[in-house]
Amino acid sequence: MSAVDSKPIDMTQSKKRGVPEGLWLKCPGCSASVYKKEVAQRLNVCPKCEYHFYVSAHDRIAQVLDDGTFEPMNEQLRSTDPLEFADRRKYAERLVGEQKRTGLTDAVVTGTGMVRARRIAFAVTDSAFIMGSMGSVVGERLTRLVEFATEHELPLIIISASGGGARMHEGILSLMQMAKVTAALARYDESGGFFTSVLTNPTMGGVAASFASLGDLVFAEPKALIGFAGPRTIKATIGIELPEDFQTSEFLLEHGYIDRIVTRKNLKTEIARAIDYCGK
Amino acid sequence: MSAGPGLEFENEIAQLESKIASLERQTDRTDEIDKEVRDLRRQLIDTLREVYGSLDAWQTVQVSRHKNRPYTRDYLNLAFDEFVELYGDKHFGDDRAMLSGFAKLDRFKVMVLGHQKGRTFKERAACHFGCAHPEGYRKAMVKMRLAEKYHLPLICFIDTPGAYPGIGAEERGQAQVIAESMFMMSRLKTPVICVVIGEGGSGGALGIGLGDRVAMLQHSYYSVISPEGCAGILWKSHEFASKAAAALRFTSSDLTRLGVVDDVIEEPLGGAHRDHHQMASRLKSYLSRTLADLESRPIEALVDARYEKFRRIGVFLDEAQMVDSPSQD
Ligand SMILES: [Zn+2]
Repeated sequence: MSAVDSKPIDMTQSKKRGVPEGLWLKCPGCSASVYKKEVAQRLNVCPKCEYHFYVSAHDRIAQVLDDGTFEPMNEQLRSTDPLEFADRRKYAERLVGEQKRTGLTDAVVTGTGMVRARRIAFAVTDSAFIMGSMGSVVGERLTRLVEFATEHELPLIIISASGGGARMHEGILSLMQMAKVTAALARYDESGGFFTSVLTNPTMGGVAASFASLGDLVFAEPKALIGFAGPRTIKATIGIELPEDFQTSEFLLEHGYIDRIVTRKNLKTEIARAIDYCGK
Repeated sequence: MSAGPGLEFENEIAQLESKIASLERQTDRTDEIDKEVRDLRRQLIDTLREVYGSLDAWQTVQVSRHKNRPYTRDYLNLAFDEFVELYGDKHFGDDRAMLSGFAKLDRFKVMVLGHQKGRTFKERAACHFGCAHPEGYRKAMVKMRLAEKYHLPLICFIDTPGAYPGIGAEERGQAQVIAESMFMMSRLKTPVICVVIGEGGSGGALGIGLGDRVAMLQHSYYSVISPEGCAGILWKSHEFASKAAAALRFTSSDLTRLGVVDDVIEEPLGGAHRDHHQMASRLKSYLSRTLADLESRPIEALVDARYEKFRRIGVFLDEAQMVDSPSQD
């Protein structure tokens, strides 16, 4: 369920603070050298090929929600190390390291905010924090958010960026978060709630196989990697080359699993418009 | 029943078993031979107790994958009075890795779903070694709806290394169907019992894993990722699978401690593969008892309790609660 073998995420542009002016970036989409500042001004989208670079959770909040409307919820929840898990490094230490490196407390930020003056419940996962994987804290924050949205009859938007799926360092507890969040979404659905799931690069494994796939509407950013099993696992299992556009947003659209591919520039407008059709 | 060739840690057991078998084959049995057989049997039981009383995580994985371990179809034959197989997902195909059908168990009429691994090579290939495609989960959902409509309790046998990783599986929405199947199960208005009978391999297992009761056979495992997969990612080599197995804490006693599993069904001495009949009979009595219990509850209460059961799972620190607690005053 952990699809951590998905394509590595280019993290260089996440460290934009402190980088000298005038730095050029190599775009993974078109291999062109692009001016970093220009990319940043275009919501981290390549000016040459429209490749959508990584966006941090906090930048995403700024892009999608009305200025100053975001109110975080359940920030106080912290991952512990219930299995006392250690691979080549202790999970407890890894957590502290990730918190320092990303400035996040865990891989998801949840809360409420406004999208063009429409109040919503909102969550975004950040692929920089242990691959955006879901452990107990991610599962609990999402579940509390879905329950809050159910109780307050709010539209729900979750933007996913998770190459890691369920977080293996928390073992079965991580797997069970898929069930927990899904069950909360089923109750939300029963109450008539409107859920838009936005899939971004990458959305894999246990995240794809739970809440991310359960939107009343499923949007995806262009050319995102989205799927259940990691491409390397599939290649190792079947031993043949994978199709060119395999597990991309476009591939999923073609196979009928996505409602719309939405560029980052249009995401806020598209979310607001969808709420006008389906929100309460 | 001999377990046949197989597990390395069973070498001593296998030697005793073959010694006993060869003595018993002798036509001119003397009192001395009889005595030797009795002694060897006692020694065998002691050894089985010792070895199976302290299986480590990696040994548990090997037992759960033993080629003679009973599969879903074996339990359908041995524990149920009737099985009427139902095929197809009414959409794309019939996945042999997911069995479904009506079944009778004591006085209960039920719907059974279960992963099937296949015993012969041909069967195994047809079942993709127990790895279901999206068709399998769609098939499961179609039968779940049927069970709900006619108030048949649902019994799910989990035994899969994981959902199938392949091109067709991705094209037909593997992630989507697992999510949808959990979504449906979480609200299903009929009693649901899930039993991990062998391998509980991540999302492919959980796809039929949301029950009012979740049980495991003693030597099965249930994990977020296979030990080999975990070792490959975190240790950069599959050779560390036994280390990963220990780190993941996925045995039946671990899962009981973590509050994920409600009941553990004890296996016959030396594992389910040594005595299919005894295992089936224990499983049957567990199911019968649990069905009677669940059947006596109002369905709304059952569905609410199912929600709460999964709602509680997770371990984290909630500082707000700690600050608010009286001990902090
Ligand atoms: Zn580009």
